[in-house]
Amino acid sequence: MLNGILKTVQLVGSASRARLCSAPTELVGGISFKLSEEQQSLQELARKFTADEIVPVAAQYDVSGEYPWPVIRKAHSLGLMNLSLPKWLGGLELGVFDGCLATEEFSFGCSGIQTAILGNGLGASPLLMFGTKEQQKEYLGRLIEEPLMCAYAVTEPGAGSDVAGIKTTAVRKGDDWVINGQKMWITNGGVANWYFVLARSDPDPKTPAGKAFTGFIINRDTPGVNPGRKEDNLGQRASDTRGITFEDVVVPAKNVLGTPGMGFKIAMGAFDKTRAPVGAGAVGIAKRALHEATQYAMQRKTMGVPIAQHQAVAFLLADMAIGLETARLAVWRAAYEADCGRRNTYYASVAKAFASDVANKSASDAVQVFGGNGYNKEYPVEKLMRDAKIFQIYEGTSQIQRLIISRELLAAAMSVKS
Amino acid sequence: KYIHIINKADMAASKGLKILVGCKRVIDYAVKVRVKPDRSGVVTEGVKHSMNPFDEIAVEEAVRMKEKKLAGEAVAISVGPPQSQETLRTALAMGIDRAIHVEIPLAQLEKLQPIHVSKLLAKVCESEKPDLVILGKQAIDDDCNQTGQMLAALLDWPQATFASKIEPSQDSKQLRVTREVDGGLETIDVSVPAVVTSDLRLNEPRYATLPNIMKAKKKPLAKMSPDQLGVDLQPRQEVISVEDPPVRKAGAKVESVEDLVGKLREKGLVK
Repeated sequence: MLNGILKTVQLVGSASRARLCSAPTELVGGISFKLSEEQQSLQELARKFTADEIVPVAAQYDVSGEYPWPVIRKAHSLGLMNLSLPKWLGGLELGVFDGCLATEEFSFGCSGIQTAILGNGLGASPLLMFGTKEQQKEYLGRLIEEPLMCAYAVTEPGAGSDVAGIKTTAVRKGDDWVINGQKMWITNGGVANWYFVLARSDPDPKTPAGKAFTGFIINRDTPGVNPGRKEDNLGQRASDTRGITFEDVVVPAKNVLGTPGMGFKIAMGAFDKTRAPVGAGAVGIAKRALHEATQYAMQRKTMGVPIAQHQAVAFLLADMAIGLETARLAVWRAAYEADCGRRNTYYASVAKAFASDVANKSASDAVQVFGGNGYNKEYPVEKLMRDAKIFQIYEGTSQIQRLIISRELLAAAMSVKS
Repeated sequence: KYIHIINKADMAASKGLKILVGCKRVIDYAVKVRVKPDRSGVVTEGVKHSMNPFDEIAVEEAVRMKEKKLAGEAVAISVGPPQSQETLRTALAMGIDRAIHVEIPLAQLEKLQPIHVSKLLAKVCESEKPDLVILGKQAIDDDCNQTGQMLAALLDWPQATFASKIEPSQDSKQLRVTREVDGGLETIDVSVPAVVTSDLRLNEPRYATLPNIMKAKKKPLAKMSPDQLGVDLQPRQEVISVEDPPVRKAGAKVESVEDLVGKLREKGLVK
């Protein structure tokens, strides 16, 4: 019964006076860091799946660059994909936080495979937030029935950070729209069943970004949709990244997301839900880096003792731990804000920016701990370094994140009377 | 003495066997077990625990028999501390219909022996009336390999231990169980109700899917106490001490067979 009351207190958000750490929910005042039983089960299942299905094959997919369909199909059959899709569609309707738990676990195994598994989250986000029931049933329902992939196609060869500078056009033709243009670096580009595509629907250069773009749902098999070759990237090589050409692609009016002109808002809205999970992916790399470096440091001997007993090495591990603990908490806060129904832009950017830096430093330091061996493909840490880099680039570069954070904090500061 | 007479109709045509599956919460197989400083036992506080691997196999077999329509209902039971509920939730998530938790107070937990567990299970069998009880052949913490055999004796039921295969017999009126024994494989027919214990190669347990994990929360989980069942948990053994196995001494490499024989003679191992 006490548990029920505490749960209500937590939900309502009112602060309790008593220290309740000993209770099952471990509330201190109004705050708890304890995962619920369901969250623990999800984390355990994801961890077990990672150990059994991802870790043993990660190196092989990294070398071959093949898309990890067997892993995807297994994850789908266990209900580990498409976690946020609504119950009325047959989904589990789990929150951003729960998605972060799963993402961190998969990423520990291989962040390339993790990106493939959870890449659906980015493509689905615009439909979840702005799609009609018919659109959701048609396109999100498909993802639940079969292990199908989708993709978020906004970036172009000439415009990444400058989303307002995209040049793909959408021209009205009767009730349909005709799309022409080129997208680049689209995750799942070659394997997606459908794409969310952002195109400029108002050719007048003076029209503000907030009114000039439209979001479309485009089936892969529409004539004129041409994915390019799979790009040969530095890291996350199991993930499928391609350029896509749209040549006179005819899209019916019912595939417009929201209303014409709303596209920019839709495209940006997706990121508030996906930046925390991307941060969680970076945390997974940091965790793996610390794990591998620690194991190695306990085995490898130098000057007669395991290198973990040399402070220079132990301090590298300590710094990795500092980064890991704090990055995870930043991600959790960002996810929590989203699940509370609040606009989490500031927290999401902080989490993504910090976690990606932590992942890169941890991976590099892990190679350092391994010494010469770390530089070699026979050992698992050079892959971590190659995989970590993209976290500072995709989903908003580290520079863009700092732009967002500084804008948010200055806006907050200016709204307070000095 | 408890006697349960089953309608010997064709098993495939009946509404299926009722199966009771035992699950024990043990220290996870991957954990490095440490002896407590006072040598009274091993460290369990804060250590990862999970379902005994042989019990996972037992649960999997029960669920498969349900899927093959050989079984109608599968019930999981665990005798243990409050945390045994988590073990039962895992069983429910794998496809078991409902669970029973016989809660043992922490003070009595360390002294619990297979004889007590089998008596508790026998009492539950009296009310639940299962047609088949499947237990893991042994728990990986105590390696006793006793509970299944004791339970069968208490109930005066046939037993088929170390099962690597369970199927209906030729005439579908009994169970045909293949057992792994030292000499190879032994196949026997047992009439139901019976106790079967699972061995490693019986099956490979499935992952519980995430939707099933979520659904498991709503499946019934009943609690019972040893007092309610009228079983006395008085320990019949006393653990004197628990020690680490002796540290393995380094071996020595020899260059030739002659050297080897010479060394063996030196140690008085050959004449």
